[in-house]
Amino acid sequence: MNGMSRIVKKVTQLLVSIIFMYGVYIVTHGHLTPGGGFAGGAIIVGAFALIILAYGSDALKLHKEEAGSSASESLSILMVLILAVIGFFVGGMVFFNNYLPTGVVGELISAGTVPLYNIFIGMEVAAALLTIFIALVIFKEESK
Amino acid sequence: MSELVPLFVVIPLASAFLIPVIGRFVPWFQKSLTLLVLLFLTILSLSYLFTNTGETLAYKVGGWENVEHVPIAIFLVLDGLSGFIVLIINMLGFLSAFYAVSYINKYTAENNFYALLCLMIAGMNGVALTGDLFNLYVFLEIAVIASYALVAFGIERNQLEASFKYQVLGGIASILILFGVGMIYWLTKTLNFADASTILAQHAGSPTVTFIQVMLVVGFGLKAAMIPFHAWLPDAHSSAPSPISAMLSGVLIKAIGIYALIRLFFNVFTISSEIAIVITTIGALSMVIGGLLALRQWDVKRLFAFSSISQVGYVAMAIGIGMIVIARGGSQTVASLAIAGGLFHLINHAVFKGLLFLNAGAIEYRINTRNLKEMGNLAQFMPWTASTSFGASMSVAGIPPFAGFFSKLLIIIAAIKGGFFFLAALAVLVSVLTISMYMKYQRYAFFNKAHSEDRMKIKDVPFPMAFSMVIMGVLCLIMSLLIFPGVREIILDPAVDVLMKSSAYATTIIGM
Amino acid sequence: MIVYSLCFVLFMVGLYGVVTRRNMIKIVIGLAIMEISIFMFLVLIGYIQGAEAPIITGHETAVQFVDPLPQAMVLTAIVIGLATNAMLLAIAIRIYKNYGTFDIRKVNELKG
Repeated sequence: MNGMSRIVKKVTQLLVSIIFMYGVYIVTHGHLTPGGGFAGGAIIVGAFALIILAYGSDALKLHKEEAGSSASESLSILMVLILAVIGFFVGGMVFFNNYLPTGVVGELISAGTVPLYNIFIGMEVAAALLTIFIALVIFKEESK
Repeated sequence: MSELVPLFVVIPLASAFLIPVIGRFVPWFQKSLTLLVLLFLTILSLSYLFTNTGETLAYKVGGWENVEHVPIAIFLVLDGLSGFIVLIINMLGFLSAFYAVSYINKYTAENNFYALLCLMIAGMNGVALTGDLFNLYVFLEIAVIASYALVAFGIERNQLEASFKYQVLGGIASILILFGVGMIYWLTKTLNFADASTILAQHAGSPTVTFIQVMLVVGFGLKAAMIPFHAWLPDAHSSAPSPISAMLSGVLIKAIGIYALIRLFFNVFTISSEIAIVITTIGALSMVIGGLLALRQWDVKRLFAFSSISQVGYVAMAIGIGMIVIARGGSQTVASLAIAGGLFHLINHAVFKGLLFLNAGAIEYRINTRNLKEMGNLAQFMPWTASTSFGASMSVAGIPPFAGFFSKLLIIIAAIKGGFFFLAALAVLVSVLTISMYMKYQRYAFFNKAHSEDRMKIKDVPFPMAFSMVIMGVLCLIMSLLIFPGVREIILDPAVDVLMKSSAYATTIIGM
Repeated sequence: MIVYSLCFVLFMVGLYGVVTRRNMIKIVIGLAIMEISIFMFLVLIGYIQGAEAPIITGHETAVQFVDPLPQAMVLTAIVIGLATNAMLLAIAIRIYKNYGTFDIRKVNELKG
C-alpha cells in the first residue's frame, strides 16, 4: 500500500500529535469525566491508524510493529492483573481492592487505583486495536 | 477457602497473557505452564469436592459487602454444581493439553495455541462460577471467541469455512443472550442471580418472563447445538485440531450451553412446566435426529460430532424431565433421579467423547485421514488407540460395566417412573442406534481388512498422546463408581442438591 | 415507546442483512447492526426522562441521575462486539485469500 498525497501527509503530521494528546487526556481523566481506558485507547490508536493510512504500509516496517504491539498488549493486561493481585495481598484478600488513598473528588490524582487501571487498560486497548489493524493490513499485503 | 475461588479465573487468564510474552524466549514454557496450571486447578476443584460439607463458597469481587440484604458486588459462587462443572473443565483441559504436547507439532505457532486454550478455560471457569448475569455473558464471550480462533487454527479452507459459520450463528446466539440479560435487568433492576430470582418469583408466569425464557432457550440452545440449532456443530467440531475438538465437544457446549441453561432455569427463574416441556422436547429431538444423522457419516470426526448432539440431547431430556416433575409437584425422588442421570451422563459424555476425539486425532496423526473407508486393521498397529477407543465406544453405547450404561439406565428409569414411557422408549431406541454407529466405527477403523498395504509401517502414537488416552479410558470404566453410595455423596449428590433445592441458592447469597 | 420499536426495526434490518446477503462482509455488517440495536435497547433501559448524566462533579443540580449500570454494560458489550467483528473480518479475509471470493454460496465445501 503506497502513501496518500502530499496534502494528506502534511495534515496528518499536524493532526496526529493533537489526536494522541486528546486520547491521553481521555485516559488520564477517566475517573473524572466520561471516557476512560477503552475510549481513550481507541482515540490513541486512531492516531496510529492515521499515520499508517497516510504514509502507506511500505514506508513502515509493519511486521516488526505487529510483534511489538502484541507483546505490549500482553504486558499491559498483565500489569492490570498484577495491580489486582497487589490489591489481593494489601487489603483483605480481595482482588481489585482499592488500596491507595482516594483523595478529593474532582482532583486529577484521586480515586486510588482507578486511574492506574485506566492507564493500563488504555495501553491495552490501544495495543490490541493496533495489532488488529496491522494484522488486517498485513493480510491485505500478503494477498496481493 | 472462599478467597481461592477467583483463582479458577485469574490463573488461566494470567497464563494466557504470560505465554505470548515469555513463551517466545523460553522454549517449553507454554507447555509446562499450561499443564501445571490445569493440573493445579484440577486438584483445587477435587479438593473442594472432597472437603465440601454442603456449604456454598461465595466471593465478592472488589470486596463490596451486601447492603441491607441486597447483593451489590459481582459474585463468584462455588457450590456443588459449579464445582462439578469446574472439575470437568479442568480435568479435560489438562488431559487435552497433555495430549496436545506431541499432537501440536503438526502446526506452527504453539504459543498462540496454548494461550488460546488457557483463555478458553478461563472463560469457561468464569461461566461456571459467576453469580452475575452480565458477567455470565462476558465470560461466555471470552470462551467462545477463543474457540472461534481455535476452530480456525489450521487456517485451511474447511477450518475457515467452519469457523465463519460458527461465528455467525454464535454471534446471533450471543445477541439473543445479551437481549435476554437486558430484559431481565429491565424487569428486575438487578443483575445478581440471587437478587433477580427473588424478584422474578413475583412475576412468575407473566408473558414478559416467558418471552425472556424463550430468548434464553434459543440463545443457549444455539450455543449447546440443540436441534434445530445444530447446523454449525458438525463442521466446527470436526474441523478443529483434535485436542480442541475434544474440549469443544466434551466441555464447551456443556459449560456454556447446558450448564448456563440449567443454572438460569433452576436457580434464577421459577420453574414453569411450559419451558420444561420445551426443553424436554428439544432434548428428545436432538437425541433422535442427532443419532439418525450420525448413522450415515463416514468421516470419523463428523460421526462423533453428530453423536455429541445426540448425547447432549440425553442430558437435556433428563434435566427437562426433572423440571417437569418438579413443576407439576411430582415426587422429589423421581426428579432428583432424572437430574442425577442427566448430570452423570454429562460428565460421562465429557470423558468418553473427549476420548473418542483424541482417538480420531491419533488415527489422523498416524495415517492422515478421517475417512472410515480408508482405515482398517488399525488394532494390530495401534494397540493403545484401539483399546481405549473400544472402551469409549462401549461406554457411549451403554454396555455394562462402563459408565455410560449407568447414566443411561438412570435416565430411562427416571423417565419410566415419571410416566414418560414414550421418552423412555425413544432413549432405548437411540441407545440401539448409538451401538450400531459405534460398531461401524470399530469395525471399519480397527478390525476390517487393511485399506492399503503401506499402512503396515505405522506404529502407535507417542507417549503423551497415549498417556492421555489411557487415563481417559480408565476413567470411562471407573466412573461407574460415581453412582454407588459412598462415592456418589462426594461428586454427584451436591450438584443434584443445588438444583433440587432451587431456592436455597438465593437465600444463601442474600444472607451473606 | 417509539424508540423501543425503532430498536426492534434496527434488529430486523440486521437480521434481514444476515439472512439474505451473500457477501460475507455484508453478513458481518448485518451482525454488527443487530448488536448495535441491542446496545441501544440497553441504553434506553437505563434512561430516565429529564435526569442528568451520572457524574459526580461536586455541584449537581438535578435530583435524578440516569442509570449508569446499563451504560457500563454497553461499553463492555461494545468491546466484546469489537473482538467478534475483528475475528469475523479476519476469517473473511482469510477465506477470500483461499477461495478468491466473498460469495458465501461458493464457500460450501462442508455440508452442515
